[in-house]
Amino acid sequence: MKYLLVPSLCLATLSLAGGQNPSAVAIKDAHVVTVSGADLPKGTVLLKNGLIEQVGAEVTIPPDAWVIDGAGLIVYPGFIDALSTWGIPNGNPPAGGAARTAGGGAGAGTPATNQTRVRGPEDRPQTYSADRAADMVSPTDNRLEAARAAGFTSAATYPNRGIFMGQGAVINLAGERGRDMVLAQPVGQQVAFRVGGGGMGRAFPSSLMGNISYIRQLYLDLAQYKQAKKLYTAHPSGLQRPQYDHALEGLAESPRLLLPAEESQQIDRMISFGQELKVPFLLYGLHEAYKEIDQLKTANVPALVSLKWPEKPRNADPTEFPNYRDLVMRDQAPAVPAMFVKAGIKFAFYSDGLSAAPELKKAIKRTLDAGLKREDAIRALTLNPAEIYGVADRLGSIEKGKIGNLVVMRGPAFEDKSVIEYVFIDGKQFQPSKDLQQGPPPGGPGSRRPTFSEGEGRGENK
Amino acid sequence: MRLQRTLFGIAALMIAAFEARAEAILIRNATVLTITKGTVQNGNVLIQDGKIAAIGKGVSAPSDATVVDATGKYLMPGIIDCHSHTAIEGGVNEGTVSDSSMVNIKDVIDPTDINIYRGLAGGLTVSNVLHGSANAIGGQTEVIKLRWGKSAKEMAFEGAKPGIKFALGENPKRQGQPQQGLFNSGAAQQRRYPGTRMGVEEVIRESFTEAKNYQATWKEYEAKVAHGEHPIPPRKDLRLEPLVEVLNNQRYVHAHCYRSDEILMLLRVADEMGFKIRTLQHVLEGYKVAKEIAEHGAGASTFSDWWSYKAEAYDATPYNAAIMTRKGVTVSLNSDSDELQRHLNLEAAKTLRYGGLSETEALSMVTINPAKQLGVDDKVGSIEVGKSADLVLFDQNPLSNYSKALKVWIDGHEYFDRDKDLETRPKFQEDKKKLLEKEKTEGQNGSRNQPRPTTGTVQSTEESN
Repeated sequence: MKYLLVPSLCLATLSLAGGQNPSAVAIKDAHVVTVSGADLPKGTVLLKNGLIEQVGAEVTIPPDAWVIDGAGLIVYPGFIDALSTWGIPNGNPPAGGAARTAGGGAGAGTPATNQTRVRGPEDRPQTYSADRAADMVSPTDNRLEAARAAGFTSAATYPNRGIFMGQGAVINLAGERGRDMVLAQPVGQQVAFRVGGGGMGRAFPSSLMGNISYIRQLYLDLAQYKQAKKLYTAHPSGLQRPQYDHALEGLAESPRLLLPAEESQQIDRMISFGQELKVPFLLYGLHEAYKEIDQLKTANVPALVSLKWPEKPRNADPTEFPNYRDLVMRDQAPAVPAMFVKAGIKFAFYSDGLSAAPELKKAIKRTLDAGLKREDAIRALTLNPAEIYGVADRLGSIEKGKIGNLVVMRGPAFEDKSVIEYVFIDGKQFQPSKDLQQGPPPGGPGSRRPTFSEGEGRGENK
Repeated sequence: MRLQRTLFGIAALMIAAFEARAEAILIRNATVLTITKGTVQNGNVLIQDGKIAAIGKGVSAPSDATVVDATGKYLMPGIIDCHSHTAIEGGVNEGTVSDSSMVNIKDVIDPTDINIYRGLAGGLTVSNVLHGSANAIGGQTEVIKLRWGKSAKEMAFEGAKPGIKFALGENPKRQGQPQQGLFNSGAAQQRRYPGTRMGVEEVIRESFTEAKNYQATWKEYEAKVAHGEHPIPPRKDLRLEPLVEVLNNQRYVHAHCYRSDEILMLLRVADEMGFKIRTLQHVLEGYKVAKEIAEHGAGASTFSDWWSYKAEAYDATPYNAAIMTRKGVTVSLNSDSDELQRHLNLEAAKTLRYGGLSETEALSMVTINPAKQLGVDDKVGSIEVGKSADLVLFDQNPLSNYSKALKVWIDGHEYFDRDKDLETRPKFQEDKKKLLEKEKTEGQNGSRNQPRPTTGTVQSTEESN
């Protein structure tokens, strides 16, 4: 546990004050897990100007660089959360703003609010497709510290309401201002199904088939919208102009669609649905994917696996007989990542509302216990999400020229005894507190799970 | 090269043919209830390539055929349920709008629903899975075969025309009136038109008028394009597309109805707008207007003996099915329930008592008649050579209260076997116990788990899969 005395004291004081930006930082002679290539059992990573200046066994360290003695330390690329609300304070877009209510779509003069009845798809119910996470992120989100304490340096973050939830952005989990955090946007449009209530007194859609038909209609409208605009631009004379549609503009910008799929038949259904819509798409959730390995492999769809493993409900009636399928899911879900590796299915992990560092660590550890190799878990938290989101040329591995995002640990990742010593974001150093690494985060729980909200299910008007 | 490929192709075909023949099943010495061609005592039925290949007393089978000894047992066609909400995920109704024809049951079939298996265990092989009755015009519907273990797509009954659900009477108008109690949460409830029976009629008229206008708009667009023009295309409207299909006789209308006045209303509206009602569902007062129903050519799918659970069900009679049958209507009995779909043979039996129908007429109610109504009577619904081998073997006359389904085949593939099911139960309970133990010892959620007794516990055999 040797430190170069003076610089590291400076380091310690300054980083406790919230992190300052030295011109260059070198982590010397540590075990470097590059992910993109072979591990360096004794390598040096040099960060300069927020980027990885150099990485190798022999690196020339500038004389004014701060040097961290890497003995006993392991350097990984900073972890990337593949689907989250990190960085959006309260996990929600800011309240108010008429521009953010549903509607403003074709066919409706006024946006549909809670008071107006939604007459159907033309009123664009629960559609926030034009909302951008990039506009909502702020370093003031009090969950960011906890995320860093779990080793996360970036995330694909999405707004969190409605059916079309808005456009995600890949962000760094620290920055001076919100806009400094944004790495890439838009990276995708997240969709969630809002189901329940039996329709009595509620707005369209209330059923799963209603949600699906609405999404289908919106994509049909998008195709027509694009064609109409093209024709009108080419020759407007004599033609009715296409009506501006805020929801469709947002949808048009989205490079990929994120569809929720937890159970086996949902996975099957969403694969068909995504293919029917003819858009690039990903699936998220995937706890029952152990039944759908062949289908996922054939479909070649990138997979986001939720770290919130299904568990026995806390307040379960002890006399109630558990469902066999639920028992199997609780047992088998953590084995899904290892199965994906074996089948060659590309996947990434996402936090799914887990916001405490020890929770996240334990969740990942369960996949290791179920057979996933550590390097594959690391890949699912680094290069895989970067590739899935098309930012692998600048993020996701320790390579010269990439963004200076690292997590430096004492002990291998996800082991109970391992501790995160430093996290680097854009080359700026953070020292996650031991408390956060072992206990719950400050403040409230934060985000909601953006997946199914199942209501009463079957047994209604027949 | 080409010769090689041809030879390979021939070889592959021969292997496939051999394998297909290896799937031949001979059901021997049963009382064969063909439904359409009488009953064959001590008869044999040969299944090959998923179809009924031969029926008779002296049917021969290839030497490698599986032989099922059905001595003392009864073979009938697989049961068909013309009104089902089984295996639907995420809500049976899209009740938020008056006309929800844009939604499609096909999108939300859940092939893992255990009720499919339980239906099989009662001899059910085909279900007409419908949207609920919350809307005057409901969603699109699908006919499925209960191919337990397959995917949703694989369960679709290929060749069955798609349908759409209408509903008349109390259910679709319930949301139009301010409600107390059950449906009123106390907050300002959005009232959804219609609130009256005349409103229900208007919804149907309006939607079909819109559909006709929509059809005309598209025809106009296509004419312009044919002329070489480049007009902006109209919006494709998923709500109106299925209604256009109804007008073009490409989609069947299944209409939930009760009272004679609304039945007549619907038949007249359909005639006026230029389409046909394929089936009237529930149609509990159908006996009052059986002549008009027969004239229109609609089928009737009704309950055996449900009565008075709503005001509009007050005038129901268990003689409904028999009376309509005698008036020339094709009548089926349906379940509209995951529970009832497991014993539709017993529902059929009630028409022996109420109406004095013959045994064949009774069983027709759940076999060839619903097949006719769904337009699949060329494929299923009776035991005839060339039809799909959708068959059920009962341990005695299926019209008896004591009868049990022993084996069920769909397309010649066995999907249910009672003995095999009972054999797998101990192992299944074992597996379940092991998982529970594992969970307990892994100590999830700490001390909140109550310790479970591990021996001598009476355990429910609810789930079999």
